[in-house]
Amino acid sequence: MKPLLQSETFVRIAAPVGVGIVLFCLWEIGFRLAVVPVYLFPKPSDIFTSLMHNGPSLLRALLVTLRVTLQAFALAVVLGTLIAFVFVQSRAIEISLFPYAVLLQVTPVVAIAPLIIILVKNTQLSLTICATLVALFPIISNTTLGLRSVDPGLANYFRMNRASRLKTLIKLRIPGALPYFFGGLRISSGLALIGAVVAEFVAGTGGRSSGLAYEILDAGFTLDIPRMFAALFLITLTGVVLFGAMVALSKAALSSWHESEIRAET
Amino acid sequence: MNALLPGETFDESAKRMTASSDRPPAVEVLSAEKVFTNGTRGLAPIDLSIADGEFLTLIGPSGCGKSTLLKLIANLIEPSDGRLLWWRGGFAQVGEEGRRLAFVFQEPTLMPWARVDANVRLPLELADVAMAKAAPMVADAIERVGLSAFSRHFPQQLSGGMKMRVSIARALVTNPNLLLMDEPFGALDEFTRNKLDDDLVRLWWDRKLTTVFVTHSIYEAVFLSTRIIVMAANPGRIFRTMTIDQPQPRDGSFRDSPKFAAYCRELSTWLAEASLPIASGSVS
Repeated sequence: MKPLLQSETFVRIAAPVGVGIVLFCLWEIGFRLAVVPVYLFPKPSDIFTSLMHNGPSLLRALLVTLRVTLQAFALAVVLGTLIAFVFVQSRAIEISLFPYAVLLQVTPVVAIAPLIIILVKNTQLSLTICATLVALFPIISNTTLGLRSVDPGLANYFRMNRASRLKTLIKLRIPGALPYFFGGLRISSGLALIGAVVAEFVAGTGGRSSGLAYEILDAGFTLDIPRMFAALFLITLTGVVLFGAMVALSKAALSSWHESEIRAET
Repeated sequence: MNALLPGETFDESAKRMTASSDRPPAVEVLSAEKVFTNGTRGLAPIDLSIADGEFLTLIGPSGCGKSTLLKLIANLIEPSDGRLLWWRGGFAQVGEEGRRLAFVFQEPTLMPWARVDANVRLPLELADVAMAKAAPMVADAIERVGLSAFSRHFPQQLSGGMKMRVSIARALVTNPNLLLMDEPFGALDEFTRNKLDDDLVRLWWDRKLTTVFVTHSIYEAVFLSTRIIVMAANPGRIFRTMTIDQPQPRDGSFRDSPKFAAYCRELSTWLAEASLPIASGSVS
């Protein structure tokens, strides 16, 4: 058993957490000394109190946002991968359709969210659609790139052995695309959350939502700044956990062979 | 073909059949030439017969068409004119009855996500050979290249020489009769290369493999080959042929013999001549 400080995993977690604790302490002490009013900028202790006080309603809001995020993320992964598979079937398909994928990416979700929310009656569904639109593009572009980035030597070998298209896809293209796909997952998981929150904001201004964004809006209306921060804290936490989950997933899938996940020998 | 002649015993018949002159050549190149789409003449019409069981090496300056000739023999590219025959006909694919060929690239070209055994199994899988039938073939091929202890390793855990061995095992697993190798050990250090050459000679000898080998190394060519074809460029053609008539299977002691040095010297001179702008010598 190695001493704790020499364990890389421990250091990787402890170091950023340590920085966080120090910053929180400085924030708390500094704001106490300067006597900043709570309604202008709360101290960590105020936020914590609010988190405890509004726990049930914040937790309910968190679950709503989380559900939209996860649904949108799952949908984006499935759709994005399918679209990528269609794209790599032929250059013609990719050339004709890729600009529309880009169109999807460059259109701000706030601009189309009102339209979608009006068109789709079910709030949950309309929010999921908005978030999916945001999360979709990285999956499409990364997976397409991955499926195209086949080692030319291996591709030649498969051709020589008269491998069918299907076999080439399963045995060569898909495994080769995995590192790119997982890269797409990392980006997309964060975007799904952003998309969900932005859509909730748009829906929330119409009074038709109950997610974390709505909590922030509502706290703004009532000048309950600590609750605003508490909701913000929960959103951030969700994003970090999602990202961490994707990193872990990618590590589990690639650690045995891909350069990006192999720890360098010291 | 295996019929007995009058008054001949079975043993005599077998002997007759295995005498090299009686066996059909492994490959016949019948005035095959290659003109690339951009108009370059890669290969002038070439006639070449490769005997069954021969170890033939193609050597020559860059641009002499040795890789092109090897690819023609591998049926990776079509000749612009002329034709090729394998055992007086075609060759079989993996999983079919008949004689097969296997190709080893300059790079190991392994799948980084697959373990050594899965990499070696690939050609069998692509030919839909059942897992149960493939397993002993894979184990045997891995053992032949001396990597049994590493069959569950990933390519990135292996050295360059070991990766090349995996690549050779992948070629051997289909039980080929003709092995085509395009500068397989070019990227390896000399010590590893010599070691792999030693092993290759033994494999070739044990399995009675016909081998066509492309290299840049004079020493490697002399050590391995029964016959060396020196090629010249503009257009790619056969410049001269050297037969290395030395006992088989060879081992490291051949490298130290004065004969080896003499062969190398002569081959080196020929190569220098083949590299001259206007090379004299026969264009067959």
